[in-house]
This record gives sequence, structure tokens and C-alpha cells, in this order.
Amino acid sequence: MRGFEYASPTTKEQAVSLLGSSDDDAMALAGGTDLLSLMKDDIVAPRRLVNLKDVAELRGIRLLPDGSLRIGALVTVQELLDNAIVKRGYASLIHAADGITSPQIRAMGTVGGDLCQRPRCWYYRAGFGLLAKDKDGAALVPEGDNRYHAILGNTGPAYFVNPSSLAPALIALGAKLHIFGSGGQVEMNLENFFAAPTSANEKEYRLKPNEIVTEIIVPSAGGWKNATYEVRQKESLDWPLAAASVALKMSGKTIESARVVLGHVAPVPWRSGEAQAYLAGKTISEQVAETAGTLAVARASAMSHNGYKIQLARVAVKRAIMKAAQGGQR
Amino acid sequence: MAEYKWPDADKRTLIGKRISRTDGPHKVSGHARYNSDLNRPGMLHGRLLCSPHAHAKITSIDTSAAEAMPGVKAVYIIPDPDREIKWAGEEIVAVAAVDEPTARDAIRAIKVVYEVLPHSVLDTDPKAVGSLARPAQAQKVGDPDKGFAEAEVTAEGLYGMPVITHCCLEPHGSVIEWEDDKNLLVHLSTQAVSSIAAAMAPVLEIPAANIRVKQDHIGGGFGSKFGPDRWDFAAAQLSKKAGGKPVKIFLDRDSELMVAGARPSAYAKVKVGAKKDGTITAWQSESWASGGQGGGGSPPMPYIFNIPNQSKQHTAIQTNIGPQRAWRAPNHPQACLITMSALEDLAAAIGMDPLEFFLKNIELTGPRAEIYREEFQIAADLIGWKKNWHQRGDKTAGPIKRGLGLSLHTWGGGGHPSDCDITIQPDGSVELKMGTQDLGTGTRTTVEIVAADTFGLPMGVVKVLIGDNRFPTSGGSGGSTTIAGVSGATRRAALDALDQIFAKAAPALGAKPEDLEAVAGTILVKSNPAKRLTWKQACSKIGQVPITVRGKNPGPGKLGDSGVGGVQMADVSVDIETGVVRVNKIVAVQDCGLVIDIKTAESQVYGALIMGVCSALYEEKIMDAKTGKMLNPNMEFYKLAGIGDIGDLVVHMMTGKGYDERGVIGLGEPPAVSPYAALSNAVANAIGVRVPTLPLTPDRVLAALAKKGGSNARI
Repeated sequence: MRGFEYASPTTKEQAVSLLGSSDDDAMALAGGTDLLSLMKDDIVAPRRLVNLKDVAELRGIRLLPDGSLRIGALVTVQELLDNAIVKRGYASLIHAADGITSPQIRAMGTVGGDLCQRPRCWYYRAGFGLLAKDKDGAALVPEGDNRYHAILGNTGPAYFVNPSSLAPALIALGAKLHIFGSGGQVEMNLENFFAAPTSANEKEYRLKPNEIVTEIIVPSAGGWKNATYEVRQKESLDWPLAAASVALKMSGKTIESARVVLGHVAPVPWRSGEAQAYLAGKTISEQVAETAGTLAVARASAMSHNGYKIQLARVAVKRAIMKAAQGGQR
Repeated sequence: MAEYKWPDADKRTLIGKRISRTDGPHKVSGHARYNSDLNRPGMLHGRLLCSPHAHAKITSIDTSAAEAMPGVKAVYIIPDPDREIKWAGEEIVAVAAVDEPTARDAIRAIKVVYEVLPHSVLDTDPKAVGSLARPAQAQKVGDPDKGFAEAEVTAEGLYGMPVITHCCLEPHGSVIEWEDDKNLLVHLSTQAVSSIAAAMAPVLEIPAANIRVKQDHIGGGFGSKFGPDRWDFAAAQLSKKAGGKPVKIFLDRDSELMVAGARPSAYAKVKVGAKKDGTITAWQSESWASGGQGGGGSPPMPYIFNIPNQSKQHTAIQTNIGPQRAWRAPNHPQACLITMSALEDLAAAIGMDPLEFFLKNIELTGPRAEIYREEFQIAADLIGWKKNWHQRGDKTAGPIKRGLGLSLHTWGGGGHPSDCDITIQPDGSVELKMGTQDLGTGTRTTVEIVAADTFGLPMGVVKVLIGDNRFPTSGGSGGSTTIAGVSGATRRAALDALDQIFAKAAPALGAKPEDLEAVAGTILVKSNPAKRLTWKQACSKIGQVPITVRGKNPGPGKLGDSGVGGVQMADVSVDIETGVVRVNKIVAVQDCGLVIDIKTAESQVYGALIMGVCSALYEEKIMDAKTGKMLNPNMEFYKLAGIGDIGDLVVHMMTGKGYDERGVIGLGEPPAVSPYAALSNAVANAIGVRVPTLPLTPDRVLAALAKKGGSNARI
């Protein structure tokens, strides 16, 4: 880790004014569970860290007058898990947060940080850049060891998977994001926040170096069955190999509309239009869930070592639907 | 003259009981100091510049910018006669600075120019690596052609396991300082306190007698921490350059995984044959392995079963990965996995219960056949083999399939040479000194048990001092040699010391020394127990000068032995839609002669089973073919089991008649041999098909299922 300046503002205006025009100038520090390892591994080396933990307005979970839920970006994963409103109505979010099995990371890691953490691609973390190229500019992932890489949206140049645990659940629940920058506050659909980079100087999400995520707004999930299913190799700390979050708007026994979002399978949280379209108007059954899973991976393509993830993604979708149908019990 | 034997079962007060380790509270409360915790006065922090290339020539090294940096106290180019880098992560330059960030900045300021050379890091296919594959002479036992001609059923398969790393939680390293220009103080994380000085002396060109080595606790070694490493010599050189100031170098996690220990891989194509009644007739194997430049070991196959007709061929593969080191029972886990998997496949081909099949052939295991038979019965009862075993492939509905598997293993474990000094003071206090080390296995506790039991004292009286090469010499902790070595030396020292106490106390008791015994804190007359002195009173007869007695191993009397057998059975559940394997239960039944402390003995077996789960299901040193780098040198993708992943572990130690009279035998390694085969066999039993190579990850499980065909063959 290189030397850096440390600033600890108390308002979001101050925070933004302390950020710069690039990550080399300054980076925002929330829980630090990812940023500090990136700095130790010399993947990033900001000259200034702007601590957000003293910005009180970034904290707290509360219901808004329209029944939607406001989650501050600095809310920790553990606070999310312990929140009575979240527990009551947002099973898929609880499932996803529960999958972060390290008590230390749950205690320090934040909701905003979960969305803005960087990919775990081992080529990126070894210093080959986000697009993982060797010194001759050749992509390392497609013919390298890509066992944990993308099966959807993997035509390049990005091959990593988005690491967020919470994004698939939040997108399935229709969440919006508030971003604050020098120009004030902007609201965007969380789904639109993520985009696969097309060049080495882009990130996998749309946040300028001098902007911060301030809060996440989740619409009321009344009438929506929702659940997340992660395929994990280990019970203890481990990344999911594939995950799916579903939210099903029910009309009696019939699915009126569905949102199906896959995690850890693409450079972005992957919304499956195919599965969603199929599910509308269906009655939930094992067979329907199975077909939705198959449709969700219809466009998936294997690289040299990750074909198995197609099967895992299919099963994740199927099981998430069945879990939602069963009331989304943990 | 004392009779050098272990007390009879009815006389043992501490030996063989369930005693908690004496340093437990110290460790769980964080008070125990590991050498990596040390911060010596004026200490400098050393860091290493390591090669990013797997194979390269060093053209030039420019350290001038680093040397000019404020706070940098010493720069040392690590000698490498041919200046050729043979694996990524190989150390090139060491720097000592006033703090760690400065040392890291200095490392970044060093310029090394490399001439990059071609590398090879893959070991799964000997045909793909040309001259890096070096076949050994083929071996033949009996008449393999005749053996296969006699076979009515044959089975063929590929089996294997990748290179794994030792992944010590306390990384390799040391804090080293020159006390003056002739004397070196070394705090090293080591499995061999007594032999470090001799290994360092010739390189540093000082007498070994001038090197003091100390270690209170070690955070894991597993076979990878016997000698001083290149970074330890670098720390000594940096300290010298910095005027003797202590220099601390402990490896970063990535280096620890890249360079500080690798267990060789092993793969084999095996064909085995048997008669329909299960009698094994022939073995044929074509095996290969790699452990870096050395090419890996040659696993002893077929393991344990001395099959009458064999044809074997082994190939060593040279790779540009970090060097191999001994790992808990070198070569045995590999040989065991390959052999027991092949034999289990053969049993399945015959349609025979593998337990019945293994028992049918148990005479082929040699002198321990009866022990295995007895252990298999106990293990079968503990796991419910009769009730739960089924033919290959769980036929119940749903995606979760359950299966059972078994394996068996052997090891030596005879005691190493060890000296032990026991000093008894006139006030009755007792001090025990030995240049051994406690690898976390309970050595401190077991030597206290042996001494206290001999003196008729409770735990907490004998002060145990170990972990210092100024203490009497004791062997390195490798080959499971420690418990028998230190127990023999301690028992002999304690018996001789007690003889002297008897001689001093006899006149006061009006008895002959040989009529006395030490019981419950007293020295009493055997024929008239009312005549007694307290331990303290008896020791007051010593006079002014304390008694010091040396005990040695080996020595008179039969206090230890070598050669053990153990069996293990595993119960797993496999999700055939995701390929995820979960361990339900593992049963381990193990003999190791006379058990000194049943609790720490069981604990060693638990540890072996947990490491077994890690390597069977998760661990793999993943090397990138193109860049030659290890892709998972971290605790994130170098996966280890957590508490939720290990299942229910059941340990049964064989004790009592037939076992105790053999004396003490080592236990560290044998239970670490079988878990892989037991788990792989259980997975095969659950899903109906062999997953050829470890770790048993979802991709491998699904690939095996797809190959077999059927409802889950979707990829």
C-alpha cells in the first residue's frame, strides 16, 4: 500500500468536494472491505481517501410516505439483515445478504460498497487490468482459467462477473439509486447503473470519480413473492458460483409479471427478459420454474473452463422461483 | 535401577486420560506469542522483491534508488549462482527499513531487468510437455499378464490430485538479530528448533554454537518448515548490514502460497483385475506427478495392498511452480487416493460391497491385517455402513444423492532421538527442558503428562520449557516422530530422577529405595502405604543442590514402536444438479500404540480430517498456463473448509490390550492419508460415477455426470 491522505467529511457536499477527477486523485472509503485489499495489492493507489462513515445522512433505513424503503448507502450488511422491515417484506434481499457469510464483512461492508465493489477476476486482481490483457494486448480470460468468469454477456472485452451480492435482488425488486455529485442529485434505475466496460479506462458501473452513491430506494414489495438462490460451493465465506433473484407479482395463483436477475454470471447483474416473458401468466410449478431456468441461459455461451456455470445458473433460477413460491423462507 | 516401561493401565493417573492442552487458554486469549507477533526493540522490517516471471534470466539489478531512500537501512541481493528464476515469486532482493511501508516503497524502487524464458506450469498431461516429462524405469512384480488373464472382472480409470499448498496460517519467516559480531539470535517459525543453527552456520560463516534459536509457538508447518529459508538468511544478512538490528521478514500471504510449500500432484491411469469372488489378481498403473523443478514424488502404489502381480510406470514432470515440500505423510495421500479409488471401482464393477471386498483381500495388507479388520468393524458400526450403504448410485428421488466410501492407510511414527533434562529442586518444584517444539499438537502438554504421571504429581506442577536450542537436543517434528521421541526421553529422565528421590527419602522412611513408589503427591512404602512423605518432604532430603537428570531416546526399555494402521469412512451428499458436495460425516478409527493424552490425540485426527476435507473438496494451486502465475495466492480463491463445511467428525482411538503394550507411536500423519479416498469413494457411491480427480468441485462432478449420461448430462 502506498501513502495517502485521509479526509473525513461530515456532509455529502464536503465529501464530493474532496473527491477528484480520477481514482488516482481520490477514492471514497465506505466499509473498506474491498478498497483496502485493492490498495494493498497495488491495484489502485489513490492519493486521498475520503471516509464516508462520518456522513450521517448516508446512514439509516426508513419507510418513505409512498411505502417504498430508503436504504442509506452506508447501511451495513448486518444492519440490513437485522432490519425488521427488510425481514418482513424483502426475503430476496435477506437471502442475498445472508450469503455474505463472513461476520466481519457483514459488520463493516455497506450496501453502497456492495454495489461499487470491484470484480474478483483473478487476472484483474493480479494486475493485468480490468479487461485482463497481457503485455501484448491479448485477452487472458477466454483461453485462460475462466472457471469463475462470465457465461452471459461475455463476447468481450469484459469477461469478469459482477461481484455484487445485493444488486440482483435489488434490481429484481425494482430499486433506484441516488447519486450525488457536484451537479446535485441524480436518480437512476439500479439496473442502468451497471454497464460492461468497453475500454480499459471505464468501470463496470456509472459513477464518476467525484460522485457518491447516497441511497437506494426499493419500492414496496407488497404482492410480490421474492427470493434469492445462490449456488455456493462452501457454506463458509465463498463467492456464489451463480445466483438468481426473482420477484414475482402475483394475482392469485398466477404470475402477473416477473423480474429475474442473475448474479455472478455476467459483467453486469443479468436481467433475463426471456425468463420474465415466459413466466408472465403462468402458475408456478416445478416444470414452469425449470423452463424459466432453461430460457434464462438460452443465450449463455461457455468459454474454455466455465461451461458448468450454465447449468448452475439454470438451477439457480429454477430454485429461486420455487423458493419464492414457498414464501421465500430462509 | 529403574525399570524402563510404561505404568500398567491401573496405575496410570494422567497417561491416556482426557486432558486439555496446557497452552489452550494462552492461545485462545491471544496471549501466546508467535514469532510472527514479535516486535523487538529497534526492529527493522524486511520485505522481498520477487520475480513476476515463472522462468527468466536476470540481466541486471539496480538497487540504487532504494538504497538512497530515507528510512532504508539495508539492501541485500539474494545470491543465486546462475541468476536464473525458475518460478514466479522467487526472491531476488531483500530490503530492511524502519517500517513496513518504507520497505515496500523501496522494493518498488528497485529495477530488475529480466530476459524472459519459456515456462511450463501444467502437470495434467505428460504427453503435452515434451522433455519435461521424465519417465522412470518400468517396474514389474510377479506376472502381470498372468494376473490379468486370471481376472474375471477388470476396472480401468484415471485418478489424481493436484498440487496443493501448505497454507500455514502463520507464514514462513523470522526475526533475526546479531547480538554482537559473533552471536546470532534467531526467532524462526520452525518445526525443528534444535537443527536450525547447524543449517545456518556454514552459510553465515559463524559457529553453530553461536546461534540461538527460539520459538514458543508455531502457527502451522505441516512439513514445510524444517530448515531456514532463503528469506531467513536474507534477514540475517540485512541485520548484519544494519549493525545487528533485529530484522523481521515474514512472508505475505501470496508468497506463502506461491513459494513456501507445495504438495506434489499425482495422477495415474490404473487397471485392476479380480476374480468374481473379489480376489484381486493384478495391478497396472501408468502414473505421473509434479512438484516443481524436482518433478514430485513417486507414490508407493498399489498402496498397502501387496497385489501379487503388478506392472508400474511412473513419470516425473518438471514445472516452473514453487518448490515442493514435505506435506503430512509425503506420497501417502496420493498413493492412497489412487489405489483405494481404483479398488473401489473394481468392487463396483464386481457388484460387491467395498467393505466386503476390502476385507476379502485384507491379508494382502500384511502384518496389520487383523488391526484393519477390527478397525473396519468399529468404523462400520459408527457410520451405519450396513444400513446406509447401497450399490453405486443413490436411487432415491430428488437431486440430493447420498453415498458412503471407505479407505485405509498406514504410517511409521517411531520416535526420533531426543534428550530431556529434568531438574528437581529441594522445595519440590520440577523443571523439564527439551529442545523440541509444540507444533500445536500438544507436545508441551504430553511431556508434562508423562513427567507428572511418573512422579505421582497432578498437572500444573512440572514446569515445561521447550522451543529453545539451548535446551537438550530434540529431533525435528516430522514423520510423526515427536510424541514417541519426547515421551521416551521424558519417561526415562523422570524414572531416573525418581530413583534419586527414592534413594534420598528411603532412610527417613526406614525402607529400601526399591520398596518406594510415587503416588498422589507422596512417596510411600509399597508394603506399608501409611509410611509416607509428601513429595515436598521427600524432595527436601535432596540437600542444597538440585538434582538434574538426563533422559534419552532411544534408550533402555521398550517405550515406543513404529507402524500403525487406520481406516476411515465418509458419508456425503451430492447435489447432482449443481455438483456441490457436502460432507455429512467422517469416521476415523486409528491406532497409535499407547495414547498419552486421548484428547490431544483425537484433536490431531480431527485436524487431519479437516485438512482432508479441504484438499478433497476445495484446495488447488491454480497455475495460469500463459502467464505462469498462481491465480489464487489468497484466502479467497485458495479455498479452505469452514466449520460449516466439515460435517460431523467422529474419531475412535484404538487403545487397551493389543495396543498399549506397543508403547508410544506417532499420530500426526497417518489420519491425513485416507480422507481423500474415503470422500472420493463416497461421492462415487452417491452419484454412480467416479469423479476422476480432486478437488471434487461442482465443475468436475457435473463433468463426470455428463460423461456418464443421464438426466443431469446437460453440459
